Amino acid sequence: MIGRQKHCIALEDFSREEILQVLDLAVSMKEVLRRPIKKVPSLRGKSVVNLFFEASTRTRSSFEIAAKTLSADCLNWTSASSSVTKGETLIDTARNLEAMRPDVLVIRHSAGGAPRLVADHVGCAVVSAGDGAHEHPSQGLLDCFTVRERLGTLEGKTLAIVGDVSHSRVARSDLHAFPKLGARVRLCGPPTMMPSGVEKLGCTVHTDLRAAVEGADAVIMLRIQHERIGDPLIPNTREYSKLWGLNARKAADWLKPGALVLHPGPINRGVELSPEVADGPASVILDQVQNGVAVRMAILYLLAGGDAAEAKA
Amino acid sequence: MSDVTIIEGGRVIDPASGTDGVRAVVLKDGLVADVAERVERPSGARVVDARGRWVTPGFIDLHVHLREPGQEYKETVASGARAAVAGGFTAVVCMPNTKPVNDTLAVTELILARAAAAGLARVYPCGCISRGQAGEDLAEFGELRAGGCVAVSDDGKPVMSPALMRRALEYARAFSLPVAVHEEDLHLVGQGVMHEGAASTRLGLKGIPGQAEEVMVLRDIALAELTGGRLHLQHVSAAGSVRAVREAKRRGLQVTAEVTPHHLTLTDEDVAASGYSTGLKMSPPLRSAEDVRACVEGLADGTIDCIATDHAPHSSVEKDVEFDAALNGVTGLETAFPVCLALVRRGALGERRLVEALSAAPARAFSLPGGTLARGAPADVAILDPAAEWTFDAAATHSRSSNSPWKGRRLTGRCTHTFVGGRLVHQAGGEAR
Ligand SMILES: [Zn+2]
Repeated sequence: MIGRQKHCIALEDFSREEILQVLDLAVSMKEVLRRPIKKVPSLRGKSVVNLFFEASTRTRSSFEIAAKTLSADCLNWTSASSSVTKGETLIDTARNLEAMRPDVLVIRHSAGGAPRLVADHVGCAVVSAGDGAHEHPSQGLLDCFTVRERLGTLEGKTLAIVGDVSHSRVARSDLHAFPKLGARVRLCGPPTMMPSGVEKLGCTVHTDLRAAVEGADAVIMLRIQHERIGDPLIPNTREYSKLWGLNARKAADWLKPGALVLHPGPINRGVELSPEVADGPASVILDQVQNGVAVRMAILYLLAGGDAAEAKA
Repeated sequence: MSDVTIIEGGRVIDPASGTDGVRAVVLKDGLVADVAERVERPSGARVVDARGRWVTPGFIDLHVHLREPGQEYKETVASGARAAVAGGFTAVVCMPNTKPVNDTLAVTELILARAAAAGLARVYPCGCISRGQAGEDLAEFGELRAGGCVAVSDDGKPVMSPALMRRALEYARAFSLPVAVHEEDLHLVGQGVMHEGAASTRLGLKGIPGQAEEVMVLRDIALAELTGGRLHLQHVSAAGSVRAVREAKRRGLQVTAEVTPHHLTLTDEDVAASGYSTGLKMSPPLRSAEDVRACVEGLADGTIDCIATDHAPHSSVEKDVEFDAALNGVTGLETAFPVCLALVRRGALGERRLVEALSAAPARAFSLPGGTLARGAPADVAILDPAAEWTFDAAATHSRSSNSPWKGRRLTGRCTHTFVGGRLVHQAGGEAR
């Protein structure tokens, strides 16, 4: 359990304390990753099933490393197509996997709400590894972890999220998590990429990149998916990059000293981020990858029946 | 000896004849023989005690999906008609999106034969606007009308071509057929699965703005003006549509509109609160609180003529899946009265207007018999207990499907008896045939 949460599906449902419980435990987990022998027996005898309906090598690998570092058994079940086209329903697939008695089912699915549907039909803990444009809770937690680690706190900090918010589950998880830890959130992007009523989630919405990033303590640049161009949400990547991409000159002129640049990956170099910024001193993108493993270790540990106090000891 | 039923002691609410008060209703030879404070009791007459209840014209639903032919695992004409009379409906208009679609006499006749065999609610088929519901060529309105269709619709799909819609409204004039339309601009709908707003944003589901409906409503009102055709707007859900209909009526156009019980009472926030419940997925989607308010006001002031359920049965195969993948639609025949009665209890709708919207108004919109208890009208009657509390139990529903937002919920108000043509076809707690 993470506080009162049996599952990790949506940070919208998480309290500040529940988020902090994961982040604090992830600090200890990160220690483990720095040891010469990166393995602890905390989840020996437990099993984690990765059920991925969307290809995502990086997120799946991150969960897999997290599980293995904790000595849990890990099974990867990848389905290129959704269960709907395959003929077997999602509920049937989940129940079949549950018959293998996993302790945690990690699910990635293209449909918003799919992890919730699974959680309603299985007995084990369910962790969302991203569902449609709904949430990507472990990514939201690792973003919080990364910014907190660098800045010491999120209290009173300002975060800018730039890009296609409408299709971004990462943005939604960040949008729920950061304010609970005391940060203010600014969203920025073309109006076609701002979902309806998003300002009701407690953020400000900007179209001008400079207005959004000036004075911000951290900037999350979202990935622009090429299929959005024909939607048509934007004319082309050239104009997008000119108006909403972050390059070295804009970063130097507009970002305040010490501001962090994050990206959930994979990066479209030259579109939302220029290589100089992605690889520059402000970038914490590779930290995010390592922190992702630590945060996922904390999530798996808590949901597979571990005890937070014991883990720190 | 003729078959006589006397319904005594109930509050007769018959908006069409202006009656509202305790009266006895005499049903004889399939017709309403008398409505009076005092009536004779011929020997052998069946007497029904309706004290404490409402006695109203049998309800008429202009929008149901009976799924036969082709999808009998969801519903049949007989099971749908059974659900109808259980909800106080004595007549239903069934949409043509069956498999095959009702664009030929053969399908119309099959539906009518099944309905006659069931002997429950009156079933009026609705024919297609376009052949095969393909949105390209006109269906044979003349033959469909002659076979018993009372309207034409491509329901489930909008008529995207304005040219086809224009011709449909024109051609239907030859047969006085209302052209009933499911208004959604598919380009604006895109991949949307719920109303576009803060709730869809939180859920990460693709949204459909109310304007996807409104732009089509505005287009078709313009075409109704051009052609002089009878336009009926199905399941109106957006505030902008209500405004457009109000303006069209003010200008005297032949436009009628219906609204469903769910669009009068539930919002997109209920979808969010339900945690992606596919029992709340339908087309058009549940909209904002502001849209719901506009629909209720529109119904109360007569802008929206009538309540129609859009009873759309689906099995668990289509509903126990991801929200994106679930089919649209909810059942509604057995819950319409209590769900709409809640609007009366909170003062948003008058009792007489509620009854009118379920009986006289739909009869008028499609020129159907019934909808009144005037002497000589068909003896189609509902007896309703507005105070009865009950649980809508999925196992006890008369429909073959239970995809209802009110599944397992406590409801207040229930139909206790239903008469069709003077025959008792439903009695709560007992199987009347
Ligand atoms: Zn429809």
